[in-house]
Amino acid sequence: MAFFPHLLLATLEGLVTSSVLALTALGLSLVFGVMRIVNVAHGEFFMLGAVLAWAITSAVSGNPAIGFALALVLSPLIVGAIAWTAERLVLRRIEYDPEATIVATIGLLYIIQQLALTFYGPEARPVTPPFNVRIQLPWFGYSGYKLAVIAASALLLLATWFVLTRTRIGLVMRATQYDRETALAFGIPVGRVYGAVFALGAMLAAVAAVLIVPIQQAHYLMGLDPLLLSFIVVIIGGLGSLRGTVIAALLIGVSDGIISVFFSPTLAKIIATLVVAMVLVFRPQGLFGTATK
Amino acid sequence: MSGDGETAKVYTLHAAVVALLVALNFILPEYHHGVLARVLVLAVFAMGYNLLFGYVGLLSLGHAMFFSAGLYGAGLPLYHLGWGVPAAFAGGIGAGILVSLVIGLLALRTSGVAFMIVTMMFAQVFYLTTLYFGEWTRGDEGLVLQQQSRQVALGAGTLDLTNPTTRYLMAVALFAAALFATLAIVRSRHGRVLVAIRENEERTRMLGYDTFANKLAAVVTSGIICAAAGAAYALLFGYIGSTFASVQYSILPLLWVLLGGAATTLGPLVGTVFMYYVIDITSSYTSAYMLVVGLVLILLVIWFRKGVLGTVRERWVRWLP
Amino acid sequence: MTDSKRIFAKTGITRRSALKGLAAGSGLMAAPGFVRYSQAQSSAPIKIGFQAHRTGIGAAYGRWYEKTTAAAVKLINDAGGINGRPVEIIVEDDGTDPKRGAEVVAKFASQHKTDIVFGTLFSHVVVGSAPTAGELKIPYYVVSEGYHVASGKLNRWVFQPGITDVRAQVTSVAPWIAGNLGKKVTMIYPDYAFGYDHRDYFAPAIKAQGGEVVAQIPIPPTESSFTKYLPQIPADTEVLYHVMVGPGVLTFVKELGEFYGSNKPQLFGFIDSLEAVDINSPGLEFLDGSHFWEGSPRYAQANDSEAQKAYRTAVGIDDNGASTTDSKDVSTAAHMFGCWETLYVIKKAMEDSGYKGPEDRAKLVEATEALAEFKEGPEHPQGDKKFNGKIHQVFGHQNISKVEGGKLNVVHRTSIEDGLYEPEADYTTQPL
Repeated sequence: MAFFPHLLLATLEGLVTSSVLALTALGLSLVFGVMRIVNVAHGEFFMLGAVLAWAITSAVSGNPAIGFALALVLSPLIVGAIAWTAERLVLRRIEYDPEATIVATIGLLYIIQQLALTFYGPEARPVTPPFNVRIQLPWFGYSGYKLAVIAASALLLLATWFVLTRTRIGLVMRATQYDRETALAFGIPVGRVYGAVFALGAMLAAVAAVLIVPIQQAHYLMGLDPLLLSFIVVIIGGLGSLRGTVIAALLIGVSDGIISVFFSPTLAKIIATLVVAMVLVFRPQGLFGTATK
Repeated sequence: MSGDGETAKVYTLHAAVVALLVALNFILPEYHHGVLARVLVLAVFAMGYNLLFGYVGLLSLGHAMFFSAGLYGAGLPLYHLGWGVPAAFAGGIGAGILVSLVIGLLALRTSGVAFMIVTMMFAQVFYLTTLYFGEWTRGDEGLVLQQQSRQVALGAGTLDLTNPTTRYLMAVALFAAALFATLAIVRSRHGRVLVAIRENEERTRMLGYDTFANKLAAVVTSGIICAAAGAAYALLFGYIGSTFASVQYSILPLLWVLLGGAATTLGPLVGTVFMYYVIDITSSYTSAYMLVVGLVLILLVIWFRKGVLGTVRERWVRWLP
Repeated sequence: MTDSKRIFAKTGITRRSALKGLAAGSGLMAAPGFVRYSQAQSSAPIKIGFQAHRTGIGAAYGRWYEKTTAAAVKLINDAGGINGRPVEIIVEDDGTDPKRGAEVVAKFASQHKTDIVFGTLFSHVVVGSAPTAGELKIPYYVVSEGYHVASGKLNRWVFQPGITDVRAQVTSVAPWIAGNLGKKVTMIYPDYAFGYDHRDYFAPAIKAQGGEVVAQIPIPPTESSFTKYLPQIPADTEVLYHVMVGPGVLTFVKELGEFYGSNKPQLFGFIDSLEAVDINSPGLEFLDGSHFWEGSPRYAQANDSEAQKAYRTAVGIDDNGASTTDSKDVSTAAHMFGCWETLYVIKKAMEDSGYKGPEDRAKLVEATEALAEFKEGPEHPQGDKKFNGKIHQVFGHQNISKVEGGKLNVVHRTSIEDGLYEPEADYTTQPL
């Protein structure tokens, strides 16, 4: 294939990766920023979102769009409820001790994975996309659904941005993130905010997974990659910066796509990872972060 | 921190642990004897991790890279170049020094969560590199180091690393060396600077200590201990493969250390043994054992927030190092 | 998923030993290793340790390997067992991890005191476990299809007598590809050892047919989308040779479909990509008319032998290769027959050597090495086979199937000779 079509294709692919990654990472960034904890189970919430999407769509007959729409609403709600329960039952009890939280969320990861394996099974299962349009460009064909994923992610990111900056809920969250003690003094129920933030973070991961599952299939081990990539995005973007998270997701997704044009796949992965690591080495506070502790 | 009486107690305790491990060689049933040899080598891996995480407060998610640097540094020359066991072991250590020095110089420009992510990414690069050079490493499938290549000529006799007793005692020797090295380091002046850095790096620097040099030294020491574990794993158990460089093997030492108690010299051993047997025992009663393991981890951390020995030290045995 | 720990020959053993273990005390003492098992008597079961992928990336295969094994053992026991003794299967999960794999082999040998170890699929687990099997001198029969056993790089205690290796598979399908699909081939394969076997042995095989590999595209295992690599496929490609494993394979095929549309090169794939996946899944329409290698056909064929029919009934798969109790539960039919056939090879070797207990393990190894041919029949429903005792590897027929009307129809069956190659090793020279 000629160079420019190839580059276009790689960029499109990078944008799809970026958009879903931005949603997932935003969830992690909220939890990380507000609660100051490393949630190792974040990828499992992503996986649960995808698995539930499969369960919901396969339970609903008729037009695949109906099942998908249902999954888009229900799956994040269920995942949010599970996350909220886990937060109340476990994380609250260990008082968000940073090290104990790592062990506890690894425990949570094992539990969720096992439940998925037992009740869902070890197979990768596909979900029918709500619509199937193949867009034929002069040089190659491309999935219309993938373009829709980019648009949907952008909308969801905007909505999240609106909630965080323009509503009272967002204000309460930001206050808690900024200074927990003062927030408490002003009568903000910090405990409940933590529960809500943890649930919201998981829901963002779940909704990202529902969007991606018609492209990538649900599998009980699919949570690891989004977890690692989300961590990278959150840190590169700068802790607590929504704008940074989105730009970092774009940087990682698109650079991954473009570098793949020039090298064999494994070498491309090596180089892309090194490039991003070096960004952090020479700008440790991330692209948009102020120096954090 | 500790008087002379405590020093004696500390050394007695550690000598007793090593003596117990040696004694177990003669007591343990065959299966558990073999398990413990493996667990001891992995506990050394955890001890190397603990040095950096527990004492300096640097949370790395890339230690699989140091372990597998030792694994490949020892295994590849032995497999391809026919090196003997001692040279291969030295090769593993050398690879560990090289990798940890380079990673330390780069990653220590960051701190906190950025350090965690940078080490994770470098480890990912290392993992992919082992796949990229699959012609020599055979990638994920890995290589078998044949039994005859894992023997050392010692004067008249040979030291056969595939013999269970020899293997066990070598593992205990490595463990004892790492244990006393850790103990010596954390009780040294350098070790106290490390703890000071963990508590307040800014103040330590203002007191005139070169915190970067001290941290770099800690990264390299940690790298050497982990690489020694990796090299020993290759030579004692005869298999090298890129699975050991994957991110799971970076998370495991963190988990072992947190379970046993970060910044305790014996915690890594406790955590590694605990985790092995939790999986081994539960998996013989149910195929859904990960559920049980997850619950155990959560309950344990609710009751022992600082890990087993960390909590024991906090509540009962204050002098525990 | 089977919840019971063991697949029984006789009832009651698990419960009893579990209770004994519990009674022995708490903590470490509860580990079954401290329970003394009585010495094997003539009527005591022959214990086979089954190293299963219950968790980890291989779990989809592991589940069907367990089902096939259970079905074969039931038949063997109903027919009187081995040497008059019932067979008992003891399952341990290896997590599809080479480290745990080695630990599990040690557990079988020294705690469960099984007679042999059997059943592994993923090649890194096989290679990771092989040194332990060799040191503990316990015969280790794998069902993995890697070239690792035949390469001579493992040891005398490891056998692969029930499934052919990748080298033989790709060598025997190459002439058919060159003759029927095209001569300019682009290969897409995972960038790990399973892919290396394809890379290393397909290229010379197609060259021998006057064809050539025009591009090789290895995909790293951390990748979950593939479209961006597809432009690397040269435009003059006549045949796209694809082999993928893991959860990303459906994505791969779908993205291939979106990329090419109707204007595609000929496709030849290894069914490994789609084991346990319904060929009629959404997005796979693109595969219609393409060809696959299959070890044993997933779909019942018109000319199936009685043995093949009986095998399918015993394992519990319908004419579409799905579970008879759940038509959505698609089996790993192309590989799992290897468990069945391996168990019958073990039975034969144990009978030939008059195997009585662990002290006869060396005799068992020699008896296995002495085997040369397996006849098609109830014990070998996939077809007849030739066994090379020097490289511990079996050779057999391969099937090439075409996707037509939502089914896989066998269009060509290779001869055993198509897959033979010059052995590179001789395990029999190693000391026992």
